[in-house]
Amino acid sequence: MSFWGQVIEFARRDLVAERRTGEVVAIVMPFGAVALMTLPFALTIDSALLSRVGPAMFWVVSLLFAMQIALRHSAADRPEHRAMLSLLGIDPFARLIGRAASSSLLVGLFMAVMFPLMVVFYSPDLPPGWPSALLPAALAALGLSLVGTLAAEVTAGLSGRTMLAPLIVAPLAIPLLVGGSQALESLPDNGGILPWTLLVAATDLALAVAGAVVARPLEEAAR
Amino acid sequence: MAIARLDDISLTIGSVPILRRVELELSEGERLGIAGPNGVGKTTLLMVLASLLPPTGGQGSVLGAALGTPDVLAIRPSIGLSGHDPALYDQLTLAENLDHVARLAGVASGAVDVVLDQVGLAEAADRKAAACSEGMRRRTDLARLLLIRPRLVLLDEAHAGLDADARIIVDEIGRRAVADGGAVVTVTHDADALRSQADRVVTMTGGMVRS
Repeated sequence: MSFWGQVIEFARRDLVAERRTGEVVAIVMPFGAVALMTLPFALTIDSALLSRVGPAMFWVVSLLFAMQIALRHSAADRPEHRAMLSLLGIDPFARLIGRAASSSLLVGLFMAVMFPLMVVFYSPDLPPGWPSALLPAALAALGLSLVGTLAAEVTAGLSGRTMLAPLIVAPLAIPLLVGGSQALESLPDNGGILPWTLLVAATDLALAVAGAVVARPLEEAAR
Repeated sequence: MAIARLDDISLTIGSVPILRRVELELSEGERLGIAGPNGVGKTTLLMVLASLLPPTGGQGSVLGAALGTPDVLAIRPSIGLSGHDPALYDQLTLAENLDHVARLAGVASGAVDVVLDQVGLAEAADRKAAACSEGMRRRTDLARLLLIRPRLVLLDEAHAGLDADARIIVDEIGRRAVADGGAVVTVTHDADALRSQADRVVTMTGGMVRS
């Protein structure tokens, strides 16, 4: 099977499993909605301040729950699965990209649901042309999924993986968070969205290259 | 021609020696049994033979590829391993699990129905793996080996938890591999179970193989 055939097969398998468990729709999304809804009570009832911080809250909630989605997917892999796939001659990078692709779709769905909820709860002043910020948002969803999948691969088989994974995620997610959030903020400045979009795209590319380099060594070391 | 040859193989994990100076040769068409109590390194030896664990000492080759080198990547698809725990995805049905393997291995998806029938699970094809008994899960794992027809079959306690009918499936997998010019290695703590499964039986104690 070709590399991209393997990628599609892994993404398909993960999405079939997700459809059956419904974890993202039935568990992660309701918690994300509750987090967005309750944060204003912890801040203030000052509507002007809420309007200002709404997009930032959207990105923080997206980051936290995107990591949960990506890490939970990878945590489902057991040593016997890895052994079986190695013996089938599977390219570990194809597995990583396939997993990141399925997580990206789910993270994108999560963000697509959270965004209108944020608009309802926080009433932000969305600048004209705000839909153009969807591209960096989609790229950020892909990047967050890559970060989570990579962190899960790096920590696979380690006893302290649940503590180590967030430490890996934090620094790698910062450019995605900054790029995604600033793309919207910069919209009132003509042409300001491009540098932030490029920042997110470059981070995605760097993560993909890192995945290509480390996928095989990590696979061999995880046993 | 030797399917596998281990020459003075050792494996240490951390500071714990698991395999010590293992000498072993496996020929085409041979069914080798490895018996020994729990914790003597039988499963680790299978992982070395599967090329999944590189030895830390000695030299060895499997299907012509030197262990611990990138050459093993090319021969891995010719190796089938059925371990303690079946390699099934709990949220997929038995048929979906095998279909996943068939797609990745480039086997026609129609073969899934055939092997499910062979292992007596045609009726349970659409049942989620998580909802199946351990015996059914092990049968599905064996169906995976029937599906991909590996040249070197490695079975780890393959008879545990299986009824008499399922043991016939294990025999069939071994028979096919031998007929295709391959070999079978079965490890178990139950030496009696090896009598009908192996042409030659060796024992393991303390990480060493004895004829």
